[in-house]
This record gives sequence, structure tokens and C-alpha cells, in this order.
Amino acid sequence: MAGLTLASPSAEPRRGYSPWRETWRRYRRHKPAVVSAVLLLLLILAVVLGPFVWRISISDMDVVAGLQGPSLAHPFGTDDLGQDILARMIYGGRISLAVGLAAMLVSVFVGTLIGALAGMSRGPLGYALMWLTDLFLSLPQLPLLLMLIYLFRDGLKAVFGPEGGIFILIVLVIGGLRWMPVARLVRAQFLSLREKEFVEAARALGASPTRQVVRHILPNALGPVIIAGTIDVAAAIIAESTLSFLGLGFPPDTPTWGRILYDAKDFLDIGPHWALFPGGAIFIAVVAINFIGDGLRDALDARKVI
Amino acid sequence: MSQYILRRLMIAIPSLLGISLVLFVVLALAPGDPFGELATNPNVPPEVQAALRAKFGLDDPIYLRYLHWLAAMAQGDWGFSFVSRMNVDTLILQRLPTTLYVIGSAQLLALAIAIPVGVYAATRPYSIFDQIANTFAFIGFSLPTFFTGILFILIFSVKLDWLPFVYSTDIKATGIAWALEMIRQAIMPVMVLGLFQAASMTRFVRSAMLDVIRLDYVTTARAKGLGQAKVIVKHVMRNAMIPVVTLIALQMPAVFGGAIVTEQIFRIPGIGSLLISSILANDTPVVMAVTFVFACLVVLFNLIADVLYGWLDPRISFR
Amino acid sequence: MALLDIKGLKTHFTTDDGILQAVDGVDISINRGETLCVVGESGCGKTVTAMSILKLIAMPPGKIVAGEIIFEGRDLVPLSSSELDDIRAKEIGFIFQEPMTSLNPVLTIGEQIAESLRRHEAVTKKQALERTIEMLKLVQIPNAAGRVHHYPHQFSGGMRQRVMIAMALACRPKLVIADEPTTALDVTIQAQILDLLQDMKERFGMAVMLITHAMGVVAETAQRVVVMYAGKVVEEAPVDELFGNPRHPYTQGLIRSIPRIDLDAEHKTRLEAIGGSVPILINPTPGCRFAPRCKHAMSICAEREPRLREIAPGHRIACHLGDAQ
Repeated sequence: MAGLTLASPSAEPRRGYSPWRETWRRYRRHKPAVVSAVLLLLLILAVVLGPFVWRISISDMDVVAGLQGPSLAHPFGTDDLGQDILARMIYGGRISLAVGLAAMLVSVFVGTLIGALAGMSRGPLGYALMWLTDLFLSLPQLPLLLMLIYLFRDGLKAVFGPEGGIFILIVLVIGGLRWMPVARLVRAQFLSLREKEFVEAARALGASPTRQVVRHILPNALGPVIIAGTIDVAAAIIAESTLSFLGLGFPPDTPTWGRILYDAKDFLDIGPHWALFPGGAIFIAVVAINFIGDGLRDALDARKVI
Repeated sequence: MSQYILRRLMIAIPSLLGISLVLFVVLALAPGDPFGELATNPNVPPEVQAALRAKFGLDDPIYLRYLHWLAAMAQGDWGFSFVSRMNVDTLILQRLPTTLYVIGSAQLLALAIAIPVGVYAATRPYSIFDQIANTFAFIGFSLPTFFTGILFILIFSVKLDWLPFVYSTDIKATGIAWALEMIRQAIMPVMVLGLFQAASMTRFVRSAMLDVIRLDYVTTARAKGLGQAKVIVKHVMRNAMIPVVTLIALQMPAVFGGAIVTEQIFRIPGIGSLLISSILANDTPVVMAVTFVFACLVVLFNLIADVLYGWLDPRISFR
Repeated sequence: MALLDIKGLKTHFTTDDGILQAVDGVDISINRGETLCVVGESGCGKTVTAMSILKLIAMPPGKIVAGEIIFEGRDLVPLSSSELDDIRAKEIGFIFQEPMTSLNPVLTIGEQIAESLRRHEAVTKKQALERTIEMLKLVQIPNAAGRVHHYPHQFSGGMRQRVMIAMALACRPKLVIADEPTTALDVTIQAQILDLLQDMKERFGMAVMLITHAMGVVAETAQRVVVMYAGKVVEEAPVDELFGNPRHPYTQGLIRSIPRIDLDAEHKTRLEAIGGSVPILINPTPGCRFAPRCKHAMSICAEREPRLREIAPGHRIACHLGDAQ
């Protein structure tokens, strides 16, 4: 069987391609990932530019037109107070996507830091950090998330205002509970790359540890971290929506997608559109991001992320 | 083997201690002194307040407070819920069976779907079946449980009117009718949770199978003329289940998250909905205890996974 | 009639870059009770040829696109997988290269040997166990009755290869294909395993197709030798003829690359290596595949593919050089 693997030329690099073009070529082959990238781009454009095109305010109430299905005046219908669901979803989409991105940045930052420290230290610090990583992996995330928000909500609200305080809290908590896969990946990269020739060469040439890490090791860990980060965005969007759906996320007058769903869930029999649009938006955003992560995994040829 | 289990138990204890420490630190750092809040709550009679302050040792240094708290937790003295007017441990023990019933049934459903689908897809990689299964799995774990729950209610309760969407504890029937109603009202929550888990499990099973299927010993087995079915079941599946067990254990925290949401949607009186209602009612001892119970359950399931792992892989228990 | 007669076998693999012609028109025949060695560098198609016989290659991406594999007068190529299952292990046994990875880590070696017996012969569980222990004794595993219940990780590499041999021979096949059975082992163990194989062959009278890249192993064990290069047979001869009068430049290169310890220090010449490496077999160039590495390459070599032809009884080569002589 060794003969088979040896004879298989697919692992050999193709000549005449730059690495980035090769990555793009492989990404393009993953059709759902390409469609998802377009879809996500449209979604981002819609929530960023939406308010300039769709000028109904999120708090405008059209009392005579409460709980109406989709129409020309209200493409996504209205809620029980006659507020325009499209306008509210554009507003909420900004928050959901921003939370997703910011929480991802937090988790990637913390994960890279801890992973790099654990990967560099050969002593007890490395073991301690890995034990901490495993400990965090076995923490029940949602209960802890709920508890943290329960405990710290009022304090932050007092300092940063109702919306800003919750935003910071949710981003920090979601990001702070999702850094473990990144830390593991970065550490694994460190352990395997530390002994590789080019790092040895850099060390022999007298590169300082920081320089070794920044110039030589981290760029190589980039692929798996990008993939893990992409999936983190989706997970953070779900986490934020879950909190809002449980009534424990953003304040009631901030219409994030999860919050709209929470408000809508008691009107399923008379106004199903109210729940379907925000739910669908969450689903599309999450599935698109996950597919993009899958496409990146193919393209960057990295090992699977747990 | 028993030595191996004992060793895993020894490893579980520090994790439990670590988790309890994390919880305690969070609580101690929280503004407004949640322990003190209890003791200064005007609804609480002064003599209870004094007793509480003494019990929690609120004026002791922090490590002593942790040790006191830990000792109390270990003895099952989890405090008193002022909202429900009963001891926290009694309250949780009342609610726990329902949660375990729903999670357990969902887990079984997930396994019943994921193993056959994942195995079959892996034996025909990139076939139409594989692609459809993959797409469904992908959609399945991208659909948040709260949205699937709402969709199910919309379809099966509102439109079709087949299933009740509120879980009831006091069903007015006995015998078989009672059992049938218990099953009927659990269908939707179990489906929501089970399908969500089945989606990611299918992917685990498929990729573990694909990893094993190209190994040398599988070719050895085929060279014995055992036949496709036997090779797959006896040689590939048996080995592929080893990493799957670990991956499922790693999923447990997410499963409990899904369970909380599911309980909330269908108003199932388990510990998940208890957590939410306690948070909304500022019932700190219950919030603490439920979070800790969830953490214990995760550690417990990890322990079960370790034992299964050792049983499946003879190399582990000999080491 | 030969026991096994492979005629014009072509096994190709579909890859991202095109069709890989791993085995491209191979003729090999093995007589009853004979030891045939197939030699060549890594990647020359030896293993794929052997695996094609019992269709053990991964299909897809692999596919037998042409040729016949006639075993006891019956063509195996058109057989379905379940029809082949009756031949696998029962008629043709297989010993793999990697004893460390070729045994299932979660089953005892006893289970793994016995399942072959239970599949092909009407034996009870108890009889299968007894036969298994007997086989383990034959391959000289000490304390066979106790070791039968052990797992592969409790055995050393050499012991595991003995287990593999016991497994391949359990049903007394008429042909055993051994794919580099000693490559992964220590040198001292290699000789023991080869001796054991020889011993078993004499005891059971089966034919052996031994795949190797070590010319030393060939000289020690073979009766006839087939030399393969880049998916084709380039020379075939009885062992003495091959070592005494190698005719294909590739075979000559292989023989010159054997280290000699029987020569005096002053007679020792530099060990010769064949320059270059096996070509990638996707869209191979026309003509002789060895031509780019051949010292004697002529203009015709790049244009026309040499055909395998008999130059002496039992001695066949595929080279244009013979035409000129």
C-alpha cells in the first residue's frame, strides 16, 4: 500500500501557481462555500447599507397595522405593536454580526496568546495552561454564560449604558468561553513547528524568541486559526441569539434577531412571519459562515478542528 | 481495567475542584456581593440573616470562604431558595429526572440516526447519499435549537395540531394512557435536541469511519474474504467508535446548552428552565447550584466516555 | 498449466491530475509450488499488481481497465467482490508489508486468525481456536496457547509478522502473496521471517509470490524472478539466469547496486546507483519508460515501446538493445 501513496501525485505542489491562487482555486471547487460567501456578503451589505435605503425607524408604530403579514409597505410584515420587522431586522443584524465578529476576535486573541505560551514553555506553565484549556472545555458554556450575565449585567450597565454594557459583556463572555479550540490548535502548531528546520535555522541565526514566534511560527498557524475563527463567528452569533431568545441578552428595546424571535414566540399561531424572518436570518448567516469555514478547510488543507 | 477507571476518577476530582473554583471566583468577583445580597434582602427575617452571614462566613478571608462553601456543597447543603420556598437540593432533585429523561432520549435518538447514516455515507464517500447526508448534517448543526423548536411548534402544533407544545407534569390519566401522553409530549423536545446532536454526530461518525477505512488492517480483513458488511462492522466500526466516543463527550457542554433552550421553549420543568426562571427571579443559590450540577454532569459524562474508551481500546487499559 | 496467469493487466487510478497508469500491461505467471520474486523500485507497480489479483486496491480511484487474472483456469477480473471472498484467504493468502499496522488493534490475534477459518471452513468456535493455536505453534510463537488471547500491541514487529503468516496460511491456500514481508523489520528478524516462509512453503507445498525490492532476498529465495519498472515487466528469468546473465539495463543496474561483502577490499568497486527515479505515471511519454535513465538509450527507445520477447528458454526481456545485438 505504500506504493499507492507514493505513486499518488495529488499531494505534489502544482507548478506555476502562487499559494494564494492555489488556495482560491481549491476554495472555488467547494460550491456551497462560494454561494455562501456571496450570500454573506449580501447580508452584510444589507445590514450596513439597509438603513440608508429602508428609512422606516425601528420604533415607528403603526398601530392600525399590528401583526400584519408581508406587504408592500412592510415587506417582512409588522409585529404586535405595528413596528416594521424589516427595519428592526436590519438594525438587529448589525448587532448580531458585530457581536459575532468581536467575540471571534476576542477568542482568537485569547486562544493564540494562551496557545503560544503553552507551546513555547516546556515547563510546568505549559502543562498548567493545557489543564486550564481542558477545564474550560468541560465547562457547561450556556449555564455559565447565563450566570455571568446575571451577575455582571447591572454593574456594566451602570458604566457603559444599557446597550454598550451588554455588548461588551456578551462579547467578552462569549469570546472568553470559546478560545480553547484556537489555543489547542496554536499549541499543536507550535509543538510541530518548533522542531522544523526553518525555525531551527532562525534560532541558529540568533532570532529572539518573540521574533521566531511572530515571523516564523504564527504565520504557519494562520490557516487552522482562520478556520477556527470563522466557525467561532457562527457560534458567537448563535450564542448571542440564544441569550436574547432566553430574554437575557440585549434589553427589550434593542431588536437583535434573537430578541425579535423571543418576542414573536408567543404569537406563532397568529403571526408566524414574525418568527420566521429573524429565525431564517440567523439560520442563513450561520449556515453560510459554517460553509465558508468548510470551504476554507478544504482550501487551506488543514486538519479538522474539534 | 479497574485500575484505569480509578485513575480516571482521580483525574475527574481536580476538574471538579477547578470548576467549583471558577464558579466561586466568578461569584466573589461579581459586583453587589450576591452572597451578601441574600443576607441583606429585606424579605429575609433578621435571625435568618445572621445565620446566613455566619454560615457563609461573609467576613472571613476569601480562601476560607471558598473552603466553607465547598464543604457545604459537598455535604449537599446547597442553600435555600426564597422563590420556591424550599431547599435547593430538594428542588434540583425534583427537576433533574425530567432533564435527564429528555437529554437521554435525545442522545439515543441521535445515536440511532448518526451511526447508520454516518457508517453508510462513509462506505460510499461522495455518492449521492453521502452528499445528501452531509448537507443535512450541515444544515442540522447550523440550525439553532430555539429556531428548530419554533419551527416544530409551528408545523406540528399550530398547523397540524398533532402534538402538544407545552410539557405538562400532571397529566390527568393513568396507566397506558399516561405513558402514551408522556411519550407524546416528549416527542418534539426530544426531536429538536436529538436531531441537533445527530447532525454533528453524523459528521463525527463519517469522518472517523473514513479515517479507519483506509488503514492497513482493513485491507487485511478484506483479504480474509470476510465480506463487506462484516469488515465494516467488526473491523472498521469497532475502531471508528473510539474517537467518536471522545468527540461526543466533548459535545456534552453544547448538549446541555441545547437542553436549556429546549426546556425553555417547551416549558419542560427540568433544571434548565429552573436556571432561567431563577435568573429572572434573582434566586442566586439556585443559579449557582444548577450551574454546578451542569458542570458535574459534564464531568460525569466525560468519565463515562473515558470508561467506554478504555473498554473499546485494549491498548488504553493496559497502559 | 500455471496456477496463476496474469495477462496484460492494466490497473489505473483516477487522480486530480489525470489517469495514473500504475500497472500498464503486466504479464506474470506462477506455477504450483514455485517461489516467484517480483522486484523493482518503490512505485514501480509491484504492490498494485499484487493487490489487483484479489481486488484489494481501493476502487475507486483504482480500476482494472484491461487484462485477465486466471487462477486455476478461472478469470478473477469479472468476479464480484462476494465471489472473490470465497477465494480470498481460502485459495490465495496475503501477507502485508507493515506488521505494525496490518493487524486490528482492538481484536486479539486469536480472533483475527480464527475469523478467517470460521469464514472458509465448517469449524466450530472451539475447533477454530485449536487450529489457531496450532498455526501459532507452526510459526514458532512461544506459549501459543496463552498468546492467542493477546492483542497486537503486546507483540513485537517480528512476532506480529509471524502472526500475519499464520493468518495467511490458516486456510492452507494454494498461493501466498507476500508483499515486502520483511521490509519493515530489523535485519536479524528479516532472515528469520524469510526462513519461516521458506519452511512453511515446504511444509504446505504452496506457491509463493514474493514482492521485494531487495535483490539479496531474491537471490536467497526465488526460483524465478520478474523485474518490474514503471508499471511494466522489463525482464523475467530463472534466478540463476537472471543473476548470471542479466540482459535489461535496469536489471543490470539493480544487480550492480547490491553491496558485495565477498570481494576483497582492493577489488571493491564503488557501489553503483541507478541515476534518476521512477517517472510519474500520468501521461507517460511514448517509448521505453526506462530510456531517460538508461545508459544505452538509442533513438528508437524514445519512439517505440519495446515488447516483452523470449531470448532464451524462460528468459524474456523488454528492451530494444537485444534487437541490435
